[in-house]
Amino acid sequence: MLTRTQPPPYHPISGLDLIKPQEITFSNGLKVFIFDSGEQDLVRIEWIVDHLFGREDQALLNSSICELLPEGTLTLSSAQIAELVDFHGAFLIPGVGYDQSSLTLFSLNKHLEELLPVVKDMLTNAVFSEKELATYIRNNKQKLQVSLQKNSFVARRLFNKSVFGTARYGYVPEVSDYDELTRNNLLVLFSQQYRPSNCTLVVSGKITGNVINSLDRLFGNDWVDQNGALPIEQIPNVLPTAGKLAVDVRKDAMQSAIRMGCLSVQRPHPDFPGLQVLNTVLGGYFGSRLMTNIREDKGYTYSISSGMASLKHSAFFTLGSEVGVDVTAATLGEIEREINRLRDEPVSNEELAVVRSYIMGSLLGSLENVFSHADKFKNVYFSGLGLEYYDRYTSVINTITPDEICHLANTYLDFDKMVKVVVGKI
Amino acid sequence: MVKFSRFTLDNGLRILVHEDHATPMAVVNLLYDVGSRDEHPDKTGFAHLFEHLMFGGSVNIPSYDGPSQAVGAQNNAFTSNDITNYYITLPAANLETAFWLESDRMLGLAFSEKSLDVQRNVVCEEFKQRYLNQPYGDVWLRLRPLAYQVHPYRWATIGKELSHIEQAKMDDVRAFFTKHYAPENAILVVAGDVEVDAVKELTEKWFAPIASRGKYVRKLPAEPEQREAHREVIYADVPLNSLYIAFHGPARLENAYYAMDLISDLLSRGTSSRLYRTLVKEKELFSEINAYHTGSIDGNLFVVAGKPLSNITLEAAEEAIWDELRQLKYEQVTDYELNKVKNRIESTMIFAEMAILEKAMNLAYFELLGDADGLNREVDRYFAVSAEDIQRQANQLFRKENSSTLIYIADKHAY
Repeated sequence: MLTRTQPPPYHPISGLDLIKPQEITFSNGLKVFIFDSGEQDLVRIEWIVDHLFGREDQALLNSSICELLPEGTLTLSSAQIAELVDFHGAFLIPGVGYDQSSLTLFSLNKHLEELLPVVKDMLTNAVFSEKELATYIRNNKQKLQVSLQKNSFVARRLFNKSVFGTARYGYVPEVSDYDELTRNNLLVLFSQQYRPSNCTLVVSGKITGNVINSLDRLFGNDWVDQNGALPIEQIPNVLPTAGKLAVDVRKDAMQSAIRMGCLSVQRPHPDFPGLQVLNTVLGGYFGSRLMTNIREDKGYTYSISSGMASLKHSAFFTLGSEVGVDVTAATLGEIEREINRLRDEPVSNEELAVVRSYIMGSLLGSLENVFSHADKFKNVYFSGLGLEYYDRYTSVINTITPDEICHLANTYLDFDKMVKVVVGKI
Repeated sequence: MVKFSRFTLDNGLRILVHEDHATPMAVVNLLYDVGSRDEHPDKTGFAHLFEHLMFGGSVNIPSYDGPSQAVGAQNNAFTSNDITNYYITLPAANLETAFWLESDRMLGLAFSEKSLDVQRNVVCEEFKQRYLNQPYGDVWLRLRPLAYQVHPYRWATIGKELSHIEQAKMDDVRAFFTKHYAPENAILVVAGDVEVDAVKELTEKWFAPIASRGKYVRKLPAEPEQREAHREVIYADVPLNSLYIAFHGPARLENAYYAMDLISDLLSRGTSSRLYRTLVKEKELFSEINAYHTGSIDGNLFVVAGKPLSNITLEAAEEAIWDELRQLKYEQVTDYELNKVKNRIESTMIFAEMAILEKAMNLAYFELLGDADGLNREVDRYFAVSAEDIQRQANQLFRKENSSTLIYIADKHAY
C-alpha cells in the first residue's frame, strides 16, 4: 500500500564538483580563465574591464562607453557590426555593473573566426561618433522617463542614494545627466579602461586549442597595452547612514514600492556565509519568513524578498516589495516584526534544516552547465577569493547554529538603523 | 537533438524522459492542457488563480513548498492563454520527492478556504503590480479585446478585471480541478540525471493509481475573419506616446506559422533588424520599436509596438511603420537576409540545449502540439521557409482590415 502522507527518504547533498579553470596570462598581461566542458559546439566569451573612477559620479560614462561599443569603429559602422553578429546567429551583449563592465559574446564555434576580429575592433577602435552618441542620448532619455514612472525603479534609486550618498554606488543618472555626455570624455575613459592590463577574459563552452590560439593572436599578441601603468585606485568613502524613512508620494498609486536596507560586509568577511543563511531565512527563498508572513498569510503582496550584494569597496543588505497602498504601513510593521524575531529568538532546528537543504540544492542547481561554473568563479574572483571559498561557504551552511544566526541578526540587522524608502502612499 | 523515451499510463497520463547526465540535477515538468482560453467569459483569470491554489496543499500533503524546499528543490509554475505548466528542479538523488508532491496534487487538492482567501489577494496584487500600476501595463488588457471579438484570447491570462478574481468561489475551484486536472489532460516530462527505467517505476508507483476522470474536449468559438480596421485611442498618465498595431496571424500548427515567426525576426530581432535599423537609427523616428507575436496555439496576434520620439507625430510614426510592412509585401526578402534570421533560429535552438528545464518544457509543449519529436524537426521547418512564403505571409498579415491599432497619448508628452 502506497503511503502518501510521508515523504520519500531524503538524500543530503554531499558536495559540489566545481570546474576549475585553466588559467593563462597572455604576453600582454591579459588574464584568461578557460572553462572547457559541454557537448554543444558553442562558446561564451566575456571581456570584463574594471571601472576606473576618476570621479565618483561617472557611472553614466562607464555604462555609456560599454553600451556604445557596438555602435561603430574606425573600420566598421554600427550597421555592419550588427549585420555580422546577427548573420552568424551570435549574441553580443554589453553588461554594466557597479565595479565592472563586460562585453559578452555567445556564438557557435563554427562562426568564431568571423566574430572575434569584430570584438577586437570594438575594444580597440570604437569611435563613439557624434551621431551615434546623439541617438544613444535621445533614446536613453526617453527610456529613463518611462522607468521613472515605475515605483519600484524609483524606490531602488532613492535607496541607493540614501545608503551611499555621494560615493560611486549612490549615483543614479537624472534625465539631464545624459546631456553632459561628450564624445571626448567617452574616448578618454575608453582608452584608459579598455586595455589588456585592466581586462579579464572568461571563456566557457567547448574550448578547443584553435579557440585559445585565436584568442591569443587577437587579444594577446595584437592587443598592445598603452597609456602606461594603471592609475592608483581611489577608494570611495562610504559612511554608515542613520536610519530614516523617505516617502515619495504618488497620489494615484495602487501599490507602494518598499525598499529598505543597510550597509553590510563583503564576501571575504568571515560573517558573509552566515549572513547568506540569515538572509535566506528572512527573505531569500519562497518559504522565507517574509514570504510566509506577508504573502502567504496576509496576501499583502505578490512578492517580497531580500538579498545581499558584495561590491568591490562596500556591501549592502536590501529588501523590497510592492504592496497595496492600504497595507503599506502594515507591511512595514510586519517587516520590523520579522527582523526583530530573528534578533530575539533562535530559529528552530527544523527551519534551519529546510534552509540548509534549500541553499545546497539551489547551489547544486546553479551549476547546471559550463556557463554557470564560470559564473560561480567570477563571483569569488572579483571578490579577491578563490574557488575554495565555496568549501568554507558550504561548511558554514551545514554547521551554523541557531544561536550564531541570532547573533548575526543582532550584529547586522537593525530595523531602526535601516534606510527605508516608500514610493507610493503610506 | 533532444533524445527522449515516451510511454503512457492506463489512466491516460503521457510521460517523456530525457536523460542528460552532464548535470547532477533532475527536473520534473508537468504540463496541464488548460489555459485562460478555457475560462468562462464571466470568470476570467481563473486558470491562473488556480495555479496559485495548486501550491496551497494537496489531499495528503498540507504544504507543497515545505517538503520541496526541504530536499533542496526549486519549483514554480506559469499560466498562459493555452497551458498551465508546473516545474520542479532538484538534486537528482531526491527525484522521488517530486513524484510524491506532483502526484498528490493531481490526486486531489486540500481546497483550503484560507488558501483561496490569501491567493485571491496575492493575485489581485499581482494584477496591480504588473498590469495597473505601471505605465502601459494595461496594453494587453486593451489590445486583446480590440483584436479578438469572440475567441477567448480576447482576455489576458490575469483576467479581464480584478472583480472576476475577487468573486472566485470554492465551488469553482473544485469544478475546475475535476474538469482540467485529470491525468489524461497532463504531460509529464522528467529530464536530467535520471534513468528511463527508474522513472518508469516511479511513474507507475505514484501516478498509475490516480483514476482517469475523462478527457476534457475543448470547443472554443472560432474567431471570424476581421473585415475592418479597429482602433482605440487612450489619453493616459504615461510619459510618452506609444503605438501598437496588432494583426491576426496563423495558428501554431499551420505551415504559415514559421513564415510569420521569421517575419517578426526580420523586423525586430537583433540590432540589424529592419525596424530598428530604419526607424530608430536611420530615420530617427522612434526611441524603441519591436515586432513579436503571441506564440499561441490558436490564431496568433502579430504585434508591432513602438514609442515615437517626442518631435514625431503619431500619424508620421504610424505611416513609417506601415512603409516598412509594405516593403515586406511588395519586395521579396534577399537570400542573405532570410539566411540571417534562420541562422539565429539555429543557434538559439542549440543554446536552448544547455538547460534541462528548457528542454523539459519544450518537450512537453511539443508533445501537446502532437509530437515531442517535433522539437527536433523545428529547425528544418524554419529552413524550409522560402522568400515567396515570407512575401505571401506578409501580404496575408499586413492588411488594414486585419489590423487593430491601440494608441496611448501621453497627458504631457515628455521631452
